[in-house]
Amino acid sequence: MARYFTDEHEWIDLEGNTATVGITDYAQGQLGDIVFVELPDVGAMVEKGKDAAVVESVKAASDVYAPLSGEVVEVNENLDEDPALVNSSPEEDGWFFKMTVSDKSELEGLMDDKAYKSFCDGL
Amino acid sequence: MSAPNASGWKPGTPVQDHNAMAGPDTVTGNRALMLEEPLIFEIGTTETTGVDLPEPQSGSNRLGGLDRSEKIGLPGLSEPETIRHYTRLSRQNYAIDLGLFPLGSCTMKHNPRLNEKVARMPGFADVHPLQPVDTVRGALEVVNELAHWLIELTAMHGVAMSPKAGAHGELCGILCIRAALEARGDAREVILVPESAHGTNPATAAFAGYRVEDIPANSDGRVDLEALKARLGPDVAGVMITNPNTCGLFERDMKAISDAVHEAGGFVYCDGANFNAIVGKVRPGDLGVDAMHINLHKTFSTPHGGGGPGSGPVVLSEALSPYGPLPFTARTKDGVVHLVEEENAAEFEHTKAFGRMTAFHGQMGMFTRALAYILSHGADGLRQVAEDAVLNANYILRSLEDVLDAPFGHSGPCMHEALFGDKGFAEDVSTLDLAKALIDEGYHPMTMYFPLVVHGAMLVEPTETESKAALDQFIGALRSVAERAKAGDESLKTAPHYAPRRRLDETLAARKPILAWEEPNPPGGAPSMSEQDGR
Repeated sequence: MARYFTDEHEWIDLEGNTATVGITDYAQGQLGDIVFVELPDVGAMVEKGKDAAVVESVKAASDVYAPLSGEVVEVNENLDEDPALVNSSPEEDGWFFKMTVSDKSELEGLMDDKAYKSFCDGL
Repeated sequence: MSAPNASGWKPGTPVQDHNAMAGPDTVTGNRALMLEEPLIFEIGTTETTGVDLPEPQSGSNRLGGLDRSEKIGLPGLSEPETIRHYTRLSRQNYAIDLGLFPLGSCTMKHNPRLNEKVARMPGFADVHPLQPVDTVRGALEVVNELAHWLIELTAMHGVAMSPKAGAHGELCGILCIRAALEARGDAREVILVPESAHGTNPATAAFAGYRVEDIPANSDGRVDLEALKARLGPDVAGVMITNPNTCGLFERDMKAISDAVHEAGGFVYCDGANFNAIVGKVRPGDLGVDAMHINLHKTFSTPHGGGGPGSGPVVLSEALSPYGPLPFTARTKDGVVHLVEEENAAEFEHTKAFGRMTAFHGQMGMFTRALAYILSHGADGLRQVAEDAVLNANYILRSLEDVLDAPFGHSGPCMHEALFGDKGFAEDVSTLDLAKALIDEGYHPMTMYFPLVVHGAMLVEPTETESKAALDQFIGALRSVAERAKAGDESLKTAPHYAPRRRLDETLAARKPILAWEEPNPPGGAPSMSEQDGR
C-alpha cells in the first residue's frame, strides 16, 4: 500500500484501484477542534481539485478537495457521531472517504511522506 | 492614556485587594446585582399558567377529534416573572448602549434616540402591510424618500427596498444578475469571489446556483487584478467584491475591475456592508457597480442584532433595474407615491421583475429610522460620518501597531476597521485567549479569525460614534491584553475571570449541542419533549 500527500494537506492510501482519503495531522492542527464533517454521498462522482467534503472547526469551515477523480464508494460514518476522530487520529481512524481511482496518472505530482514533511516544514 | 478616575477611588470602597475582598458564597448564588438566572422552564412549570382565561362560552367541540391530547410544554409565568426573567438576562448581555462594540465589519454604531421617537409615531409604527394604500400615504412617502436618498448616495438607477438583511440583499442582487443574463439567453455558471470578500458572498452565489471560484489577494490585501482579469470569460456571470474589503482596505482598482468584468459580459456585485467608510465620499455607481446592498442596520444606524430586525435594500444599475423585485414605490407626475405590485407593474413598465424577495414591502420600522438618521445628518453630516469612522479606525491602528502585528499596516490608511494578526504572541496563547481577556476588561471582543488571509485575525471597527476618551480607554485595554499575550501570561488561558460564566467549552457545545429544553424528571415517566418531537 502506498501513501501519497497533496499540497492541500490530504493523504491518500492507494490499495489496488481504491483510494482512502483523509486530512493530515498538520491540517487538523491548523484547523483546531473539528466539530463537524460533511462527507460526500456514496456513489458521488468527484473531480480532482473540486470540493468533495467540508470540515468545520471552532474557527472556520473549510472545503476538502478531491485529491483524485473517481467515484465515492464508502464514507467514514463514525465521523458523524464523533468528528473529534479527525483530531485524535487524523491519518488512521479519522479517514474521510474511499473512492475508485479513474485515472492513475493523476497520482503523478503527489508527494510521498518525506516530500510532504519538508513541504510542511517550509510553511 | 488617561484613564477616567485614574486613582480608582470610589466612595466607601476599601483597598482594592481581590483576595481580601472575596466574600463568602451566597445562599442564592447571586453576587449583589449580578444575579444567577435560571432557565425560563425552571421558573414557571409546564403545569401552571400565568394567564386567567375565561371558561369557553360553549361546550361544543368543533375540532372533530383533532384536539391536542398532549400538553404543549410551555412554562407558565406571570407578567412580573416574565419581565424579570428577560430583564435579568439582558443585564448579563453586552450592548452598544453599554459600551464600545468593536465587532469588525458589523458597524456597531450608536442608535440615535431621535430615530426611535420617529419610528414610534402611530402613523409609522401601527401600519399593516395589507392596509388600503390610501391609508398609508405617509408611510409610502417615507419609503420613497429613503429610496431616493439611497439612489442619490450611490449614484445608482433603482433600488429594491424589500430585502430583510445583508445576505438577503446579496441574494436579491445575484438574482437580478441571473435574470439579466437569462433575459439575453446567456446562462453563465461561475461567480468569482476574492479572498478579501465577506464570508456570506460565496454562500450567496452558491445558494443562487452558481459555482464559486476564489480570486487571490495580493500582498497589499487587495484583489489581485491580473488574476481576476485572467479568469474572466464567457462562463463568468459576475464578481462579488466587498469594498472597502474585510482587510479594512479600499479596493483602489474597483473601476478597472468593473470595466474588465463588463467587457467580459459579466456584472459587478459590491457587498456594501462596509459602506459606512465611504458614504458621502464615494458613489459606487461611479465605480461601475451593478448591484450593492446597503445594511440600514450598519451605515444608517438602525438597531443591530437583538435590538431589531436588519434591513438590506439593494441599489441597482440601469442594466439591472428592470429585473428588480416587486414591490417598490414610484412617484408619478402628480406627486403621488404608488406601491408597484404585480397588478399594476405593467402601468409602471416594470414587467421583467424576477419575482419577490418577501411577501410584503420590507422593514417599515427600519426605513423610518434610517430616513430620520439621513435627514438629521444631511449630506454633509453623512460625509463627516465616513471621515470620522475612518479617522477613529486609523487612530486605533496606529496606536496599537507597536504592540500588535498589523499585516496590512503598510498598505496605506485603513478604512473603517483596523486588522491585526497574532504574530508575536507567546507560543500557546491564541487570539481566542486575548478575546476572552478583553471580556474581563468590560468589552465585547472584536471579530476574530476573519478574514482568513490573516493568521489569528482580529478585526476592530470602532465606528464614528466613539469619543477620543472612549477610544483611548479601549486602546489601553487592548494594549494591556496584547502585552500579556506576548509575555505568555498563563492567566489568559483561563479568562474570562469576572464574567457571569467562565470559559465555556465551545468545542463540546458545537459537537454536542443541546438545542431544546428537556424536562429533567418527567412526572409519571412521560416522554420528554425532544423524544415526542423525534429529535
